[in-house]
Amino acid sequence: MRDKIMYGLGALAILILINDIIHIMGLPDEVNQGAIFKIIFFHVPVAITALTAAAVALIASVLFLVTRNFFYDALAVAVTEVGLAFLAANLVTGSLWGRVIWGVYWAWDARLTSALVCWLLYAGYLMLRHAIEEPTQRATFAAVFSIFAFIDVPIVIFSIKWWRTQHPQPVFWGGGSFPSDWLPYFLWNMLAMLLIGAVLTMTRLRQEESQRELDYLRRLAHSM
Amino acid sequence: MGFFHQAFVITVKDLRAELRTKEAVNSSFAFALVILLLFSFAFDSFEETTQQMAGGLLWIVFAFAGTLILNRSFARELPNDCLDALIAAPISGAALFLGKAIANFVLVMAVELISLPVFGIFSNVHWTRQFPELMLVLVLGSWGMTIIGTIFSALTVNIRLREVMLPMLTYPILIPPLMGAMQLTSGLVAGTPIAPDTVVWLKVLIGFDVVYTAVSLFLVETVLVG
Repeated sequence: MRDKIMYGLGALAILILINDIIHIMGLPDEVNQGAIFKIIFFHVPVAITALTAAAVALIASVLFLVTRNFFYDALAVAVTEVGLAFLAANLVTGSLWGRVIWGVYWAWDARLTSALVCWLLYAGYLMLRHAIEEPTQRATFAAVFSIFAFIDVPIVIFSIKWWRTQHPQPVFWGGGSFPSDWLPYFLWNMLAMLLIGAVLTMTRLRQEESQRELDYLRRLAHSM
Repeated sequence: MGFFHQAFVITVKDLRAELRTKEAVNSSFAFALVILLLFSFAFDSFEETTQQMAGGLLWIVFAFAGTLILNRSFARELPNDCLDALIAAPISGAALFLGKAIANFVLVMAVELISLPVFGIFSNVHWTRQFPELMLVLVLGSWGMTIIGTIFSALTVNIRLREVMLPMLTYPILIPPLMGAMQLTSGLVAGTPIAPDTVVWLKVLIGFDVVYTAVSLFLVETVLVG
């Protein structure tokens, strides 16, 4: 049943995405930036999906520490990996946009820098997991680290914002001008990205649970 | 024994152990010297741009040298199973952690205060002009570094690649306080006091210190006992 829901959601996400890409291709180019402006339809949704993943990882980590249920640990690692992939997509799309508009792939601009710092934070989470063998200790330490990392995200974002900024001001809130008739396509893309994120997390979660079952059976076989 | 008395006992124990061998402080200071020497090849100390970077360079030295001290903090307790004895001792994990953090803070500050004049001489920087404010920044920045370093030292003490993992985990988290300390220190060693436009960095430092001290004290029991 869970597999059917998973595949169904995945198919739905891809259909929405294809439909949306066809519509976005039909939209006129933006006056100042040209066709590259349309990268915003992907750049912002993947960023929001990554942030959602970080929040889910925090909740899963706290729940693991409270309940000691390993399901939450599996969820935390699954959602963190997926979030990292989405954040990487965000960094790549941002770099492509920067190459066209600023002339350089990487400017040490506030949001680029904070996205990179967040990426490194959560990459540290995965490295920490790989370095610990014992499952209970790994889950506990990783959960503690995840809490530390999540608290750092707003501090990083705000402090780097005060440090310097040349990233365009947000198009959606705070003085931007996103055409209102383009908004539905943006929101559909948003939904598609969140769905893809959810499906990938569910896939990874199932893999993690199978891994645990294998480990358990292996230990059982050794003890016989 | 009250909570703070327990923490104080741990602090005194750690400082006494360190003063007998001096291994962490000596290696940390020697390392700081080597980095300062390397900087003198990388940057011309008489150029104005180097003077503007002074704060950044200084905090890179502090962060690198500090990691050596913090790495030793819990690793020192591994021989003879001292860590297990400490955890089994009738004191809370938070008191143990706070005691260790204060001891580390004293050691990190000591290395920083010795490196500072050396840096001033090597880089031709007159760093004493805003002395009290510089000390405030040094204390706030070092406390942030120590608190994160100490809790992660506890987190990484038993794992593979401990020496590599600690800086890999701490530096990304430490970016906000390091950035604030670098910004403030650059201005202060150049002789400009903290102005309304740079006071935000002081707030970042204080906020970071308060938040992470609270979170660490809350979570350290989980890290130590599992």
